Amino acid sequence: MVNIQMTGAQMVLKAFEDHQVDTIFGYPGGAVLPIYDELAKERDTNQPIRHYLVRHEQGASHSAEGYARSSGKVGVMLVTSGPGVTNSVTGLTDAMMDSIPIVCISGQVPTHLIGTDAFQECDAVGITRPCTKHNWLVKDINDLSRILHEAFYVASSGRPGPVLVDIPKDIQFQTGTYIGPETVKHKSYRPKLKANIDQIDDALKLIVDAEKPIFYTGGGVINSGNAAVQLLREFVRLTGFPITSTLQGLGAYPGDDSQFIGMLGMHGTYEANMAMNECDLMINIGARFDDRITGKIDEFSPNSKKIHIDIDPASINKIVKVDVPLIGDVAHVLEDSIKLWKSKVYKINKPPLKEWWKTIDKWKEKDSLKFTSDKNTIKPQYAIQRLYELTKDKDVFVTTEVGQHQMWAAQYYKFSKPNRWITSGGLGTMGFGLPAAIGAQVAHPDKLVIDIAGEASILMCIQEMSTAIQHKLPVKIFIINNQYMGMVRQWQELLHDKRYSHSYTDALPDFVKLAEAYGAKGIRVQKPNELDKAINEMIEYEGPVIFDCVVEQNENVYPMIPSGKAHNEMLLGDETKKEEISDEGKVLV
Amino acid sequence: MSEIVSKHTVSVLVDNEPGVLARVIGLISGRGYNIDSLTVAEVDAEKHISRITIVAPGTEQTVNKMISQLQRIVPVKRAANVTFEKQGIEREMALVKIVSTGEKRVESMRLSDVFRARVIDTTHDSFVFELNGSPRKIDAFIDLMKPLGLSEVSRTGVVAIARGTEKM
Repeated sequence: MVNIQMTGAQMVLKAFEDHQVDTIFGYPGGAVLPIYDELAKERDTNQPIRHYLVRHEQGASHSAEGYARSSGKVGVMLVTSGPGVTNSVTGLTDAMMDSIPIVCISGQVPTHLIGTDAFQECDAVGITRPCTKHNWLVKDINDLSRILHEAFYVASSGRPGPVLVDIPKDIQFQTGTYIGPETVKHKSYRPKLKANIDQIDDALKLIVDAEKPIFYTGGGVINSGNAAVQLLREFVRLTGFPITSTLQGLGAYPGDDSQFIGMLGMHGTYEANMAMNECDLMINIGARFDDRITGKIDEFSPNSKKIHIDIDPASINKIVKVDVPLIGDVAHVLEDSIKLWKSKVYKINKPPLKEWWKTIDKWKEKDSLKFTSDKNTIKPQYAIQRLYELTKDKDVFVTTEVGQHQMWAAQYYKFSKPNRWITSGGLGTMGFGLPAAIGAQVAHPDKLVIDIAGEASILMCIQEMSTAIQHKLPVKIFIINNQYMGMVRQWQELLHDKRYSHSYTDALPDFVKLAEAYGAKGIRVQKPNELDKAINEMIEYEGPVIFDCVVEQNENVYPMIPSGKAHNEMLLGDETKKEEISDEGKVLV
Repeated sequence: MSEIVSKHTVSVLVDNEPGVLARVIGLISGRGYNIDSLTVAEVDAEKHISRITIVAPGTEQTVNKMISQLQRIVPVKRAANVTFEKQGIEREMALVKIVSTGEKRVESMRLSDVFRARVIDTTHDSFVFELNGSPRKIDAFIDLMKPLGLSEVSRTGVVAIARGTEKM
């Protein structure tokens, strides 16, 4: 590798090239002008970097997430100093919580002005330290190429996450030596990929002995990549065990497969939560015992042995004590598990498994996702069901905002492939869906990308419509419009005696006119019998669409494990007698 | 695991790069742990490795969680609970200023002898003692000095290392 002399700004672009980055999301400003200048200069080359101009840096961060999550690649964003960085913080935190690989390049005031409260100065590495996996302030041009390579390595290896490289403007202008990525190795960061084989054997012995087993899988499977997804499917079919998934894991195992018993957790299916409660063996693959999943922690799956596969040692025993921890990458661990299973000719304990399935089928009969349709008003569940039925033959990418519509989407839209379901789970960021859809559409220009939104959430990043129009990205925004911040309203109904404090939006825009103002198509539907035709019209339209689906205002998301309750204390619907939620439960979010 | 809250000494080896101390203490405060004392210094000038020693109250379980979280920080090479392993040696240094005259002054001098403290500064009305030892020994010395004109204390915080051949 030849070491080449170039400016800092050129190094950034060279590092993009060396890491196969062809797409970035960004917004220019004073402190990144040298890098933008290089982008302008290389616009006429054979393979210019595709820069997507967002309308707010939060949009850039979520678009980078949508791009990363739908493609499995690293998402890259470029922002200026000061407000450019602070506006990115929400997206970086979101990526941190959901383990999404993002490289954020930020401009900084020149080194001699750092610490002087200069114009558009902020302590970028200080502000982003807790919301990035790692970050760097580059003070010497000759460190820049190494840091850029480390940034891509750290973001994408181990448990993925966002990183930020803060580059002062004078460093962008200076000339220094560019070192290629082959020669750069991080000093100390080496995540462990393979689990201990004896421990894998311990886990397999538990699987052989299990009578009431369940797979509980999460976003770690999808982050691990396609090999992990295939191996998971093989392993689950090999055992014949039931499988449930967290919100982030949906799509790793086909949602319409008979072994899949639905999502678990606060708004999971009755059968999934009951099975988690009563199982005698839980096999957690790439999930983290999140509080939305476990419910009341001291009554969480009281009688089970637990196996936990996770690449992050800090996730082991963090919330729930496990019997067999397997620290490693999901694909590596599953590959070794299947090999060992076959070589030792292990066999499943079939008669008890049959009994277990009978019990699960009994729970299924409760039909916990049933809802009553209405002739005159559209039920939100019905809207999502129709959307699914009318799009399921296509390869669809679905993003969401946060709230009731998100849960209904998770319950009624079924995913058969990984990376098709892109939602803000950990941070719960309203405003995520539209920019994430833009990112997914950029990664998959010919696919159908739908943002299932709420009318409150969509307004949080609505400015990104302008991005979609400018870059001809035909994203479809499917708004479940009940005029309420629905999830807030639901909690106020259940926990605060129906005092609907500030959860009703009195002055919503006319979404059809709003779409038209941006140059997109607007569709409004209010009657169930008009829904199918309108959805087809949305799908067939070649540009972006805002679809205003006016739905029943008072519908709640069920089933629901109320705060502070255990898995076997679910509320199944409005008709269930509502128990008082304890003061202890009210404190929880 | 023990549910008893006690003081734990945690040693952390880190790449000595800008911001690494802020990362370590930011994580500890951000995740709701407390720190009783903290020391840091470079221990390998060639490889630029620093050693941070943290004394934190908690149960074994919470301290183990804290250590796992510390190991997630990219420039952290190793973190270990040196108390828990029962192999640790802990030492601390203190500078203790006594302002008194007469019998109290004589008594403070006599007691400092028992603790093998050294006098490193003196006037007619004051002493500054230098004292090395375990944190408990220093606590005891300070307690004894309180009625004898204790004026000011400066402590380094704990440094710790494993006994025997074991290496971090």
